[in-house]
Amino acid sequence: MTTLTVSPAAVDTSRLSGHVPLATSIRQTLLMAWRALVKMRRNPEQFFDVVVQPLLFTPMFAVIFGGAISGDVKAYLPLLVPGVLVQTALTTCMQTGVTLREDMEKGVFDRFRSLPMSRMAPLAGPALADTLRYAIATVLTIAVGLVMGYRPGGGVVGVIAGGLVIVVTSWSLAWIFTYLGTVMKSAQGLQGVSMMILFPLTFLSNAYVPVDTMPSWLKEFVKFNPVSHIVSAVRSLMNDGRVTGELGWGALGCAVIVIVFAALSVRSLRRAD
Amino acid sequence: MTKTSTSHELAVHATGLVKHFKDVRAVDGIDLDVTRGSIFGLLGPNGAGKTTVVRMLATLLSITDGHAEIFGLDVARQPHQVRQLIGVTGQYASVDEKLTARENLRLFARILGQSGGQAKATADDLLERFALEEAANRPLANFSGGMRRRLDLAASLISRPPLVFLDEPTTGLDPRTRGQMWDTIRELVEGGATILLTTQYLDEADQLADRIAVVDRGTKVAEGTSNELKAMVGDASLQLTLLDPDEADEAARIVDRVTGSVAQDTRAAHGTAHLTVPMANADDAGDVLVALRHADIGLAAISVAQPTLDEVFLALTGRPAEPQSGLDDAADEFHDELQMEASR
Repeated sequence: MTTLTVSPAAVDTSRLSGHVPLATSIRQTLLMAWRALVKMRRNPEQFFDVVVQPLLFTPMFAVIFGGAISGDVKAYLPLLVPGVLVQTALTTCMQTGVTLREDMEKGVFDRFRSLPMSRMAPLAGPALADTLRYAIATVLTIAVGLVMGYRPGGGVVGVIAGGLVIVVTSWSLAWIFTYLGTVMKSAQGLQGVSMMILFPLTFLSNAYVPVDTMPSWLKEFVKFNPVSHIVSAVRSLMNDGRVTGELGWGALGCAVIVIVFAALSVRSLRRAD
Repeated sequence: MTKTSTSHELAVHATGLVKHFKDVRAVDGIDLDVTRGSIFGLLGPNGAGKTTVVRMLATLLSITDGHAEIFGLDVARQPHQVRQLIGVTGQYASVDEKLTARENLRLFARILGQSGGQAKATADDLLERFALEEAANRPLANFSGGMRRRLDLAASLISRPPLVFLDEPTTGLDPRTRGQMWDTIRELVEGGATILLTTQYLDEADQLADRIAVVDRGTKVAEGTSNELKAMVGDASLQLTLLDPDEADEAARIVDRVTGSVAQDTRAAHGTAHLTVPMANADDAGDVLVALRHADIGLAAISVAQPTLDEVFLALTGRPAEPQSGLDDAADEFHDELQMEASR
């Protein structure tokens, strides 16, 4: 058998590289995503929220708000389903941050940090694996809507396109919670802070109610809220099969979030004390 | 960055290391030089700052002040290069609890750039070396403390690093498992590695380390070989009890001739001849015994007493080397260790 270590006499420090090439970084991200998927399979509780939320929220909101807002439940569905989709996406990606925080508290994260690997991979891997959870939530929400009588005018293509927008949005917004995961001290604390971000973002948007009824100062915030743009874009795609400018604004918002919060997360992981 | 010629000989070269956590100076100006191919021990009680030093050197913690080099590379400025030369085994197993032992090793091997086939071979080889084959596919939840440590160490060796940090490698292990870990550590050094280990076990530092730095409250209170540290407290001594008290004077002359040191005659106290001979080197005992045999002086009892590192710690810090808390497992284990030490 060969020896387990290299003799220090053979150490040639001049040949060592100072950074991780992009291709290696992507490969390591995929490995970390694989790890997250294996863990999901071993701990199916992680699928609890993405299964229960669509089954619970869609009928609940439809019955509560349907009559008041659109006259009856069925007429409310085209407004509601995209809204629930976005809300479910947001709560699901909050869980991404919580899972990361719990992971970081375990010893294995020290291992990752001590390896000459991409600083991005331990963060981007789980985020990538979580797109599976977003996809499950999205499919279930749409399915519940269809069962309740939702007949999207955009057809199959529109619905699939809308679903993809939701998954990509979830992945983007998850970076906010990934960042919080790297800076918050505990998973509970993170959950608390995340709720305070989530509720304004979802309810101060056009997700559940038409904006016309809101006071004018609130309208300004709602218009600025990226969630509103995403909801509008998904509504157009699913209900009319139309690509609107809202999609562009939503995409821009998501891109900014990913760039800013991915950079912040990596920086925070680098200097973690 | 300037590299001195001495820094090339060193695996670790640190000067004035300081770490602040808010108001607490966890590490308060520590210098360390670890020669390539040696085992260096950081010895101290819980909370002395040993782990913090290792985490700074291993790029896991930022360095508040001071400078550290690993094989001549600046830890703060070239962390990615440094990580390619080190293996880190933490106080708590740095492996994924939800994966099996085999999956853990394969994942780390693949992260380090091995192909699927290579990673499989690496994992199989390490599982065999560390006697983990039977448990390889079981969830880690069922692993004993010793198995976890072995897996953790195996994971640290995937890249065959020339420098291995071991943070309290045997804390919480039973004596038999501890012995196995010591053998593994010695094998690593025979293979050419440099080891920096922390321990709160005096016995462990004594057994393994070529050089020992005694750390207390964030500062280094002493450094040297195990024998040098013991010499700070006092020399080893040879205790002789003679069969015939009347031969004491002649025996003392012989001791003086052989070792050059003056034997203390404690005959008056016991009515027998009892000589205490201070020695710089326990090896001299043999020469004394041979010389006494030639002079036909009979012995009733002999013993060589070495000061323990426990005494060293007491002498250096004014306190016994006991952990402050006394509540956690490590502390209990430590008491067991002291007990063993005392009964030997």
